[in-house]
Amino acid sequence: MLSKTAKVEALNNFSTNLEIEGRSLWQDARIRFMRNKAAMVSLFILFLITLSVIFVPMFSQYAFDDTDWYAMHAPPSVDHWFGTDSLGRDLFVRTFIGGRISMMVGVMGAFVAVLIGTLYGAASGFIGGKTDRVMMRILEILYAIPFMFLVIVLVTFFGRDIILIFVAIGAIAWLDMARIVRGQTLSLRGKEFIEAAHVCGVSKWGIITRHIVPNVLGIVAVYSTLLIPSMILTESFLSFLGLGVQEPMTSWGALLQEGAQTMELAIWQLGFPALFMVVTLFCFNYVGDGLRDALDPKDR
Amino acid sequence: MTVIEKQQVATEHAVPEKQGVATQQVQVAVQAVKKELLLEVNNLKVQFDIPSKSLWPWAPSLPLKAVDGVSIKLYEGETLGVVGESGCGKSTFARALIGLVPAAAGNVVWLGQDLTRLPHNEMREKRKEIQMIFQDPLASLNPRMTVGDIIAEPLRTFFPRLTKEEVKEQVKDMMTKVGLLPNVINRYPHEFSGGQCQRIGIARALILKPKMIICDEPVSALDVSIQAQVVNLLQSLQKELGLSLIFIAHDLSIVKHISDRVLVMYLGNAVELGESKALFAEPKHPYTKALMSAVPIPDPILERQKKIEMLEGDLPSPLNPPSGCVFRTRCPVATAACAETKPTLAGDDEHAVACLLVA
Repeated sequence: MLSKTAKVEALNNFSTNLEIEGRSLWQDARIRFMRNKAAMVSLFILFLITLSVIFVPMFSQYAFDDTDWYAMHAPPSVDHWFGTDSLGRDLFVRTFIGGRISMMVGVMGAFVAVLIGTLYGAASGFIGGKTDRVMMRILEILYAIPFMFLVIVLVTFFGRDIILIFVAIGAIAWLDMARIVRGQTLSLRGKEFIEAAHVCGVSKWGIITRHIVPNVLGIVAVYSTLLIPSMILTESFLSFLGLGVQEPMTSWGALLQEGAQTMELAIWQLGFPALFMVVTLFCFNYVGDGLRDALDPKDR
Repeated sequence: MTVIEKQQVATEHAVPEKQGVATQQVQVAVQAVKKELLLEVNNLKVQFDIPSKSLWPWAPSLPLKAVDGVSIKLYEGETLGVVGESGCGKSTFARALIGLVPAAAGNVVWLGQDLTRLPHNEMREKRKEIQMIFQDPLASLNPRMTVGDIIAEPLRTFFPRLTKEEVKEQVKDMMTKVGLLPNVINRYPHEFSGGQCQRIGIARALILKPKMIICDEPVSALDVSIQAQVVNLLQSLQKELGLSLIFIAHDLSIVKHISDRVLVMYLGNAVELGESKALFAEPKHPYTKALMSAVPIPDPILERQKKIEMLEGDLPSPLNPPSGCVFRTRCPVATAACAETKPTLAGDDEHAVACLLVA
């Protein structure tokens, strides 16, 4: 009996000394996200598409700009799985190469937008006062500039260049991001835990990095995943207008434009790139929605 | 608390007033000899500029006098209660003391140094000695940090040389001291109740071993049973560590329980300041009288017989305060003279009133 009580006591001692692991908001969010089937499936598909746009062109027997003179406008076959285009180039490779460009534009554009937008918005919201007012007026002036007009002017002056497209798209898309982050920062700045950090002697830089950034990161993550598909769409739109990438390089938008011209006799030239693009956009949107639901359970 | 004081608390209502006052005078004399003056606030003013509604950005902004000339003294180990209705500038006063809002005029003398004139880096050093506890327990903790990180943050800021183990050791000690189990060190604020969150806030304020803690309505967001726990915790910590407290509340019974001296504020002005017992026994200012009459009495018969001196109207806008005495628009005994001159606190350390008709 005695030994048993001793054991129980030892066990109690052990359990009170054991540190209980807390569950952070990030862990909570991850669990919620994992439970979301649509988002998980989308994430998996996106993963596959990303892998294939990177690796398929490397291991394919055709190069994206090789022309097969004996198979122009050829329908899908064993040689050319997705058929060929009007110059006899293999559509299978071109779809993945186009995907590479489109996804890169999407991710890079979103990255540029998020970077500039977050810095600008956080600075504006944190400094506040007159600086904030001036920065927001500048933002509104930029909003008033017609985006398409700007892009057309840039392209006519500097020629068609994929870097230029990045810059143009990213430079416009950060405006929304800046507004969102500014709003978040403003609401955080008045919170008591920021005041408490001031009282504890934490420096301004410490407050920004330790208290403000981790708390706006959720909304930034959600918004940037939703920004990628809209970047891809914008790039496709520009390519469709003929302002996008330069031949023989291609993107999903450029492929759609070529495919649309010949869709009466060669529907596969439109169908395959369109299918990939639609699936990618769907997946990004589902992942973004899933992230929003996971990070902001009250905001549903 | 001395034995005499304890007896006095026990027999508070029975002791005839004169005798009570006499005892307190002796105590004041003793305190003046023994206790060190920590904080002296002289004519502190805080002003916010409200942008005018005018279309032009260069139109002059309107000054909002949130705190309009308040002076107090705080001795070592003493508790000063600050009471007043919502919007009277209690919290702004506290924030100005600790430098969260800039003072427009006046000075805050902390152990002989004027905090309002100190350069930024020296003020930062002073933060070790003055800490604050906030009103909303959950909102005052960063939701993305663990409890251990939150409590350790002041330590890490001021003593970056400490090793992880030393920090953890101190944090765990402090958690035990405020009545938290040290094994919840890795949990996050949302996993705690309001009372526990307030304990975390108290632990964070205490970890630098400050001399003074400003409590900005620390219990008003908690339910009554938890309020008692937190107030008792504060009192026992005060006794153990020799802290001075500035305790802001709108619950008069708590202020009466915890304070040595009480400051009554109205529209940014100090209207009455005095020893807690003297002030509660014999409020002199009409506003304080009205406040006291609203405190419920535990005895139901007395409670029914009691007449509450209801104040007419609302708090005037601090953008456009009344001339002369700020309370005259709602004062039951105001005369024409009250609109002319602004009364200042008059009286001794034991009990001072800002009213033309009382002094």
